[in-house]
Amino acid sequence: MTAKPFVMPAPHPKERRIIFENISKPGYDVSLDTYLTHGGYESQKKALGMKPAEIIDMIKASNLRGRGGAGFPCGVKWSFIRHDDGKPHYIVVNGDESEPGTFKDRYILHYDPHQLIEGLVMSAYATNTHLCYIYIRCEFPDAARIVWKAIQEARAKGYVGKNIMGTGFDCDIYVHQGAGAYICGEETSLLESLEGKRPYPRIKPPYFPAVLGLYMKPTVVNNVETICHVKHILRLGPEEYAKMGTPGDGGTRTMCVSGDVVKPGFYELPAGAVTLGELIFDICGGMKPGRKLKAVIPGGSSAKVLRADEIFKVKVKGADGAMEEKELKMLDVVMDAAGLTSVGTMVGSGGVMVMDDSREMVWALNNLNQFYAHESCGQCTPCREGSLWMSKITTRMLDGKGQGADPKTLQNVADNIAGRTICAFGEACSWPTQSFLAKFPEEFDSATKAK
Amino acid sequence: MTTVADPKAASERQADQMTPAMETEIDEVITHYPVSKRSASLPLLHYWQNHFGSVDDSGIEWIAAKLELQPINIFELVTFYPWFRREAGGKTIIRVCRTLACAMAGGYEVKEKFCSAVGLDPHSEHHGFGVAPPTSPDGKFSVEFVECLASCGSAPVALINDTLHENITPESISGIVDKYQ
Ligand SMILES: Cc1cc2nc3c(=O)[nH]c(=O)nc-3n(C[C@H](O)[C@H](O)[C@H](O)COP(=O)(O)O)c2cc1C
Ligand code: SF4
Ligand code: FES
Repeated sequence: MTAKPFVMPAPHPKERRIIFENISKPGYDVSLDTYLTHGGYESQKKALGMKPAEIIDMIKASNLRGRGGAGFPCGVKWSFIRHDDGKPHYIVVNGDESEPGTFKDRYILHYDPHQLIEGLVMSAYATNTHLCYIYIRCEFPDAARIVWKAIQEARAKGYVGKNIMGTGFDCDIYVHQGAGAYICGEETSLLESLEGKRPYPRIKPPYFPAVLGLYMKPTVVNNVETICHVKHILRLGPEEYAKMGTPGDGGTRTMCVSGDVVKPGFYELPAGAVTLGELIFDICGGMKPGRKLKAVIPGGSSAKVLRADEIFKVKVKGADGAMEEKELKMLDVVMDAAGLTSVGTMVGSGGVMVMDDSREMVWALNNLNQFYAHESCGQCTPCREGSLWMSKITTRMLDGKGQGADPKTLQNVADNIAGRTICAFGEACSWPTQSFLAKFPEEFDSATKAK
Repeated sequence: MTTVADPKAASERQADQMTPAMETEIDEVITHYPVSKRSASLPLLHYWQNHFGSVDDSGIEWIAAKLELQPINIFELVTFYPWFRREAGGKTIIRVCRTLACAMAGGYEVKEKFCSAVGLDPHSEHHGFGVAPPTSPDGKFSVEFVECLASCGSAPVALINDTLHENITPESISGIVDKYQ
C-alpha cells in the first residue's frame, strides 16, 4: 500500500527540514529498507541504551512544545508519569488532524511512517510504556494501512514488539481509526473513543491524562509531529535542537499556509525564524495579482483572527533590560508561541489561513460557525446551543435578514460559552466570533442593515 | 430498535451474511485491544460498514454480542459519528470538503458540479446525516459535504471512496466522475 507520489518543492532558504528532510528526498519511500538506509532506528538504538530519566531530561532541555494545538512543554508532560508506580502506562498518538487549516500530520503518516514509529518507541521507553495506539482519522484510510504495514515490518525485524533490538524492552503499537468526528482530537474525547465509548470529553480535573488516561491509567497523548521531534532531539542532541528555535519554543515548526496566497503549502521553519509578513510574502509568494491582504487566522481555525492594518502594543525587553512598550505591525509578528501570544492569538496547530480583500468577514465567520455547530459533541448546553445560535445568526446576516441587535447578540452568546464548558472546544468556537466582531465591527454592522 | 416481522426482510439482515472467514478477521482485530474488548467497537463498525455499506439493526446486535455489550453501546456510536450510516449510499461516495480554505477556493461550486454531474439536485439541503446521503437514481454515486479533510493547501479537495482528489476545478469534475462510472 502506497499513497500516490508526492514531490515536495525545493526548500525555501529560510526553511530547515528535519521532520520533512527524508520526505523531500527523491526516491524516498515508506519501506523499512529505505528508512534503514537513511539512518532509521539508529536513534532508537541509542535511546534504548540510556536511562529513561535521561531521555526525559533531554526532551525538557530541548524546549519541545506540543504541536497539536495547546503547545504544552512535552518533557514536562512526560515527567507527570511516575516511572515506578507499578501501573501500566499508555501512549496515544493524536493523528486525528481535524483542525481546519492544519495539514502536516497527513504527510508524515502517508510518507514517513517509520519516523513516527521510531519516535514512539523512544517515547514509550522514556515513560515505561509497553502499549501504544496511533489514532488516525478515518478520512486517511491509506495512512492507516501504510502505518499499520510499517508497524508490522518493524515488528518482523525486531524494532517493535517483544525484546526490542535485544534490549529486553517490549512495546506493542496498534492503529485505531476515528469515524469523522472533530471532537475526537480533544485528548480526553480521543481516549473515550479509543475505549469504545461515545467520545464525550471528560470532565476536568484531572487536567492531564497522565493522572487518569486510557482505561483510567497514566497516559501520554501527543500529536504526530511532536512524537517525530523526539527522534530528532536524540539524534541532534537537545542543545543543538533547542538552538534552532527560540528560548521557549525549541526546534522547527511546520507552518501550514492555506487560502489566498500564491503558493499555499506547508513549510518547516525554525520556530520564530520568520515574521508573518515574511511567511506570506517571501515564502508563500504573496497575494494573488491585484489583491491585498485583509486578514489572517494564524494557528488553526479557532485562533483569533488578525487584521492586516492592525497595530499592536506589545511589551518587549529594551536595551537596558527594562520592559518597554513598542508598536508592532501585524506583518511583523513573529511566528512562534511567544510572538503570537503577545498579540492575543496563538500558534496553535500551525494552520495559517490567509484572506485577501475579496473576502467578506461575515461570510468567513459563518463558514467557521457552521463547522463548530456541526462538530460540538453536545454535552454542554452553552456549547451545543451557543455554537448553533452563532451559526444561525451569521447565516441570517448573510441572507440579508440581519437584525440591528445581531452583533451584540453574537458577542453575548460567544462570551457565555468560553470558560463555561467541559472542554476547550468551548473556547475554540467562541474565539472566532469574538475576534471577528472585535476586528471587523463595520462589516457586522452593515450586515444588519436590510438589503 | 424495530424487530423484523417479515420473513423476507429477515433474510436480508446483514448479520445473516456473515461468513466464518469474516469472523476470523474480526477476531484478529479484537486482539489489538488486549485490555478491553469494548475498544474494538469502532474497528468492528468500520469493518461492518466497509463490507455492507451501512450498519443495520442486526449489525448493531451482532457487534454488541461479539463484544459482550448491550446493543445500545453500539447504537450510540452509530448515531454519534458522522461516518456511520444506518442506510447505504451509492457505490461511490464523493465527500467534498466544506470548510473555510476549500470554500474560499470554490468548494461549494465543486459540490454543486459533482451533484449535477451524477444527476443529483445541486441545491438540495439534504445532507444524509446517519441516513442515506443523496444518491443518484442509478445508485452509483452519493455526494455529500464533509468538514476539513486536512488538505487545505491543495484546496478545494474531495475524498472519493478512499482517494483524495486535490486542486479540483469545475472543468476537471466530469473527468473525475467518469473514472468512477
Ligand atoms: C476541540 C479540540 C480539537 C483538537 N484536535 C486536535 C487534533 O486534531 N490533533 C491534535 O494533535 N491535537 C488536537 N487537540 C489538542 C489535544 O487535545 C492535545 O492537546 C494534543 O493532542 C496534545 O499533544 P501535544 O502536546 O503533542 O500537542 C485538540 C484539542 C481540542 C480542544
Ligand atoms: S465544550 Fe462542546 S465539544 Fe466540549 S464537551 Fe462541551 S459540548 Fe462537547
Ligand atoms: S478546509 Fe478543506 S481540506 Fe481543510
